[in-house]
Amino acid sequence: MTTSVTPATGTKSAETPTPRPPRRTPPPTGLIVAAGTLLLFVTAMIAPGLLATHDPYALNLADALHAPSFDYWFGTDEAGRDLYSRVVYGTRESLVIGLGATALSLTLALALGSVAALGGRFVAGTVNRVIEVLLAFPTLLFALLLVAITGPSALSQVFAVGVGSAPGYARIIRGQILSARNSGYVEAAVALGHGNGRILRQHIVPNAVRPLVAIITLSVGQSIVWASSLSFLGLGVAPPSPEWGALLDAGRVYITQAWWLTVIPGLVIVALALAATTLGKHIQNSLEKGEK
Amino acid sequence: MTYTIGAVQAPPETIPAVRPAAPPLKRGRLSVTNLTVGFRRRGAVHQVVQNVSFSLEPGQCVAIVGESGSGKSVTARSIVGLTGRNAVVEADAILLDGEDLRTATDRQWRRIRGRRIGFILQDALVSLDPLRPVGKEIAEALALHGWGNRRERAAKVIDLLRAVGVPSPQNRARQRPDELSGGLRQRALIASALALDPEIIIADEPTTALDVTVQAQVLALLADTKKRGVSVILISHDLSVVAHLADHIVVMQGGRVVESGSADQVLNNPGHAYTRSLINAVPGEDTRGKRLSAPTPTSAAPNPAAPATPQPVADDGPVLQAVLQAVDLVKRFTTPDGTVTTAVDNVSFTLERGTTLGIVGESGSGKSTTARLALALSSLDSGSVTLLGQEWSSLPEARRRTLRREISVVYQDPLSSFDPRWNAERILLDSLTDAAGQSTAQKKARVAELARQVGLPLEILQRFPLNLSGGQRQRIAIARALAPNPSVIVLDEAVSALDVSIQAQILDLLVDLQKQRGLSYLFISHDLGVISHLSDQVLVMKDGVVVERGTPDAIFNRPAHPYTRELISSLPDHPRRTP
Repeated sequence: MTTSVTPATGTKSAETPTPRPPRRTPPPTGLIVAAGTLLLFVTAMIAPGLLATHDPYALNLADALHAPSFDYWFGTDEAGRDLYSRVVYGTRESLVIGLGATALSLTLALALGSVAALGGRFVAGTVNRVIEVLLAFPTLLFALLLVAITGPSALSQVFAVGVGSAPGYARIIRGQILSARNSGYVEAAVALGHGNGRILRQHIVPNAVRPLVAIITLSVGQSIVWASSLSFLGLGVAPPSPEWGALLDAGRVYITQAWWLTVIPGLVIVALALAATTLGKHIQNSLEKGEK
Repeated sequence: MTYTIGAVQAPPETIPAVRPAAPPLKRGRLSVTNLTVGFRRRGAVHQVVQNVSFSLEPGQCVAIVGESGSGKSVTARSIVGLTGRNAVVEADAILLDGEDLRTATDRQWRRIRGRRIGFILQDALVSLDPLRPVGKEIAEALALHGWGNRRERAAKVIDLLRAVGVPSPQNRARQRPDELSGGLRQRALIASALALDPEIIIADEPTTALDVTVQAQVLALLADTKKRGVSVILISHDLSVVAHLADHIVVMQGGRVVESGSADQVLNNPGHAYTRSLINAVPGEDTRGKRLSAPTPTSAAPNPAAPATPQPVADDGPVLQAVLQAVDLVKRFTTPDGTVTTAVDNVSFTLERGTTLGIVGESGSGKSTTARLALALSSLDSGSVTLLGQEWSSLPEARRRTLRREISVVYQDPLSSFDPRWNAERILLDSLTDAAGQSTAQKKARVAELARQVGLPLEILQRFPLNLSGGQRQRIAIARALAPNPSVIVLDEAVSALDVSIQAQILDLLVDLQKQRGLSYLFISHDLGVISHLSDQVLVMKDGVVVERGTPDAIFNRPAHPYTRELISSLPDHPRRTP
């Protein structure tokens, strides 16, 4: 993943003030849909009871492997549990893993990235080599390795995905800090006689962190996909839990008889990742426009 | 006026001609009548060009002159159908040899562009593909129009590059744009525009951002092209640039033609006040002490409640006091491949209080590095700088900080020197480094006062630099430099990116501020005209060495060093000033 911050292109214009573009424009449809989708997911996370139509754990063998219908919107699984309600109840676990992993990876990345950018020659060099070595591992492979060490659980999923994706973000943050540090406005601040602490606080950190807002939303979707992959491989949450990756894994056995057990949770994951990414993209664009 | 380059000396035989030169075909006649261009935005059409008419005869040059936003580039682009999808182009006639271009389809445009009308864009670095050797770029122009086979095209590229005065064209054709100097890039771009021997060349600000000697070379090249019968449309914000080349000049302001006539008439007997202001805006040795711009409501007014800053220094001030002194500055850089270059070599100067020291030189002459050394933003390899008689370059940064308020800086590109998250007011509040203990209201009042001094209306303070014009940005940058009440301001190419008319306003502002506050300027520029307008003492730098120093009068009228003479001879012809 790369996040490029395009430098503001200064267009020379006459002394007469350029007319300001009108402030209010209707938000694009994509943004509305993405925000609406995310709102649904957040509701499902906080109060799944509001959205669920059945008890996600209630067995009803009479209705086992029921195709999607008016009663069972997403169909039922081999034990007759309502898939829609299970997906709703699984949201909390999936999102917590996604958000937790994102928080962990960004914290780690911020620490590594700052040291790599601002540390002395030896320290920065060492951290940079470490980041490069870690980057050479595919993220999922690295996460697998970590789960193998810590054993499968929700916590180890957060840990594995968080640590696994940190090096990539560390690289981005390092670049951001370096470009802020070498910018004209930092030199102007030095020329004004501001101290290092003040420059770091006022200019370098805020400008380096600005693109992270976008990265965070992009990263949440990514983390959920990775966490689900781990669950799918049986290295995440245990089966009775309705975590989305676990749902996928459970449905795999019935893929020829009951397509909905794998396809629908898969689509839900895609929907969340897409919504988060769309929102992230919009935040990034509006930040790059240099608006307040 | 003499040009000192190889481009013109090329014997005419070496100039490749696709079309047999024998019958002087009366081609390349272009006439534009009542051209009006608007851009559709949110349903409404915003007019940017209104009722522009001119005609171009074969082998002639029409210059379109005006400041940024005057519609001159849009006018040129609509002649080649490059105004973009949102444009609404209307005209009574756009005729190229009788062919009506108003109804041309995309297909027809593609046949016309390159083959019949060549277009030279302003910025050679962004107009050339950075990943492709320039030779390939030029060959592509030929290939697109089905010219010759691969081998013929390769030979033609070499011929073209030679014709535009590129030394050792075989090697240069294999280099990518970033490996070439600005002048060579511009020539490569001209070569690609000339590739198919078009009848008309449109050059949009072809020399802006180039050093004066390179500018002279490019203008000579265009003059040479014109002599071969090519018609030229030259677009510039600077009347002095077009003076040498133009047969006919169209002066535009705010999308309208304010004056149009023969070059001689427009330059020597301008009818419109705006044309006169453009001519008078060009700085030079003869404009010292005179105002370049007409007084406007935004120019700095003398301040009745002036802050308690040093008294204005009279011209025959009794004791000149050195505020900034540099002794034998040396700065070396090591390139990644290990070679050491000396960017600044034994440079010494003294800046007296209330005066301006100008450093003139071309890109790579070490003048900006000298500025950074004077500001102690870059460490010295040897030598020393003293500020107000105190140690400066030898201090550790922590001790230097308290003294920093005495010396401030204005950069060429103000936009990159502003934190993009801050509006103008925040930028200026941050620069009040001596304001410890003052209340927010007091600080805001000081910022408002600064804005008034640099001639900015107060509402500008709430805007972000990105939404300000080039002139407004530079005023903010000057206000920031003034905020700590410094003794010295270093101006590093501070007016080089501005249109001449805006440049004139900023130069006037600088002169006013110097008088009011007794400031000392270290003024760095590649433009000898600007330097001699402003400076009391001038250093001429070349390859890191000071080759000549003296008063502007001596440098301008009795240059001793050959390089200084070359710089002066490269200055474009100056239109006669009118009162």
